[in-house]
Amino acid sequence: MKAYRSMVKMRLLLLLQYRAAALAGIATQLMWGFLKVMVLQAFYLATNEPQPLALEQAVGYVWLGQAMLRMLPWDGDLEVQELIRNGNVAYELCRPVDLYGLWYARALALRAAPTILRAVPVFALALYVLPESYALRMPSAGGLLAWLLATVGALLLGCAMTNLMNISMFWTISGEGINRLMPAVIVVFSGMLVPLPLFPDWAQRVLEILPFAGLMDTPARFFVGQLAPSEVWVFLTRQFVWTVVLVVGGRWLLRRGLRRVVVQGG
Amino acid sequence: MAQIVVHNLQKTFKVARRQAGLWQAMRGLVKREYTLVRALDGVSFEIQEGELVGYLGPNGAGKSTTIKILSGILLPDGGDCWVMGRIPWQERISHVRELGVVFGQRSQLWWDLPVIDSFELLRDIYQLSPGDYRTALAELVDTLELGGLLDIPVRQLSLGQRMRCELAAALLHRPRILFLDEPTIGLDAVSKLMVRGFIGRLNREKGTTVILTTHDLDDVEALCSRVMVIGKGKILMEGSLKEIRRQVAHERRLIVELDGDHPAEVVAGQVLGAQLVRWEGRQAHFNFQPDRITPVELLTQLSARFQVRDVLIKDPPLEEVISQLYGELRI
Repeated sequence: MKAYRSMVKMRLLLLLQYRAAALAGIATQLMWGFLKVMVLQAFYLATNEPQPLALEQAVGYVWLGQAMLRMLPWDGDLEVQELIRNGNVAYELCRPVDLYGLWYARALALRAAPTILRAVPVFALALYVLPESYALRMPSAGGLLAWLLATVGALLLGCAMTNLMNISMFWTISGEGINRLMPAVIVVFSGMLVPLPLFPDWAQRVLEILPFAGLMDTPARFFVGQLAPSEVWVFLTRQFVWTVVLVVGGRWLLRRGLRRVVVQGG
Repeated sequence: MAQIVVHNLQKTFKVARRQAGLWQAMRGLVKREYTLVRALDGVSFEIQEGELVGYLGPNGAGKSTTIKILSGILLPDGGDCWVMGRIPWQERISHVRELGVVFGQRSQLWWDLPVIDSFELLRDIYQLSPGDYRTALAELVDTLELGGLLDIPVRQLSLGQRMRCELAAALLHRPRILFLDEPTIGLDAVSKLMVRGFIGRLNREKGTTVILTTHDLDDVEALCSRVMVIGKGKILMEGSLKEIRRQVAHERRLIVELDGDHPAEVVAGQVLGAQLVRWEGRQAHFNFQPDRITPVELLTQLSARFQVRDVLIKDPPLEEVISQLYGELRI
């Protein structure tokens, strides 16, 4: 356990070194946030029909997406992918620890550290500084608790996906393909592009089954109050089942991958 | 039972290949061609606790593959292997706990962080108690002279400094067996001597078993009590350096310094029963076989015609022995 904690700490140390990147990231996320809010406002003004998500909820949903952006499993862990690509994975295999666990710990740090760094200013701005029509509203205590729980669920699920992408490297050698494919999938199916409640009904049924809604859509809907806090157990179970499936599958693949491992570069 | 037993180990790699050119590349999209490379083709040996064994062979002979199988990283296609009674790839985690590994061409330290951060991570990975860690670290800092290096990010270390840190990283958990895969590659003379001295001391004082693969034959000469030569996936020769020398090159070398310049043919023509292999300045190098001609006879021949100012008799350099060995074994 201590090894994993230590690994998380290492990664935090490393990622916190990049302050300039964090600042630039925050600026970009704010810009995109405004853009998306304005597009949504235009859409809502153009229709009189009641929507499944009220405008102020949709605006809040956008800001939550911007704040938690870095938690999404956009790509594999570039460091682990590089280890496999250049053969340094040999050293990882010489350690008396479970490799899946070690990489999962790395993924946790990889997703959590930049999120903490960037979420705080975006939340502060969206909650307290922006004018009424652009702002994120503070939820009830129950909503906040449900959001917190679902966010933890989302993090664990995202790390299982990250690990799966890492492990795929044993077959593909280059992570490029998967690293380009995943953002497209994630952006659409997690609700980053268009809030999932605004999708047509037939799509909702598919989106609900896929694991990607658990990454961003689920916590965001609890925060903006579109879902009642009492429903949180249903959604946590859904996230949990997917996490277990991906972890078990990932472990199985890793075992098979290690059997065919070739240490690149002699 | 010996500490390390390897029996009839086999490993084959599939290597994709295609010829140069765009057309061939497009063809490769449809039809892949593979060649099977037999990296290990029935390797067997035993190593006793506390031995320091050199593992030699040309590039691609299967040295690193053997080390990787022994470390539990690679799975062999056939054969058996026990390290301290365990099968490495089946009990990987308990196996590697007692194993230290240094791959000279790779790094186990975190590139952007100070060395000490990597050491502390290893402390937690190997679950060392704070006391054990402190003693081990203090000892390594002392013997490897790491004093000023621990707070420097790894990327700012010189290669020699980094290699010393790599050695320390591999030894923090006091392994009983140490695998060194080309630990002196690319090091300058001073760092090389230091690393070499350290490995020898570790083996003598702690009784750590060491397997050393290297192309640096001075390393082997200085350190190894026993040498195994591998080529084309097989162990071709095994024994002390002396034995290998005797088997390969029964020749000895006579180096004489002559008074005055002479054409090479004249010098060579003067001596029967020995071969002039080098003639530079006023130094002549002769190879001769002691069972055919004695050095005294050689000198008598030489001094009949030349003034001999200085004489040295020694074994031919190890490089030549080994390259001759590789040549004879056709590897």
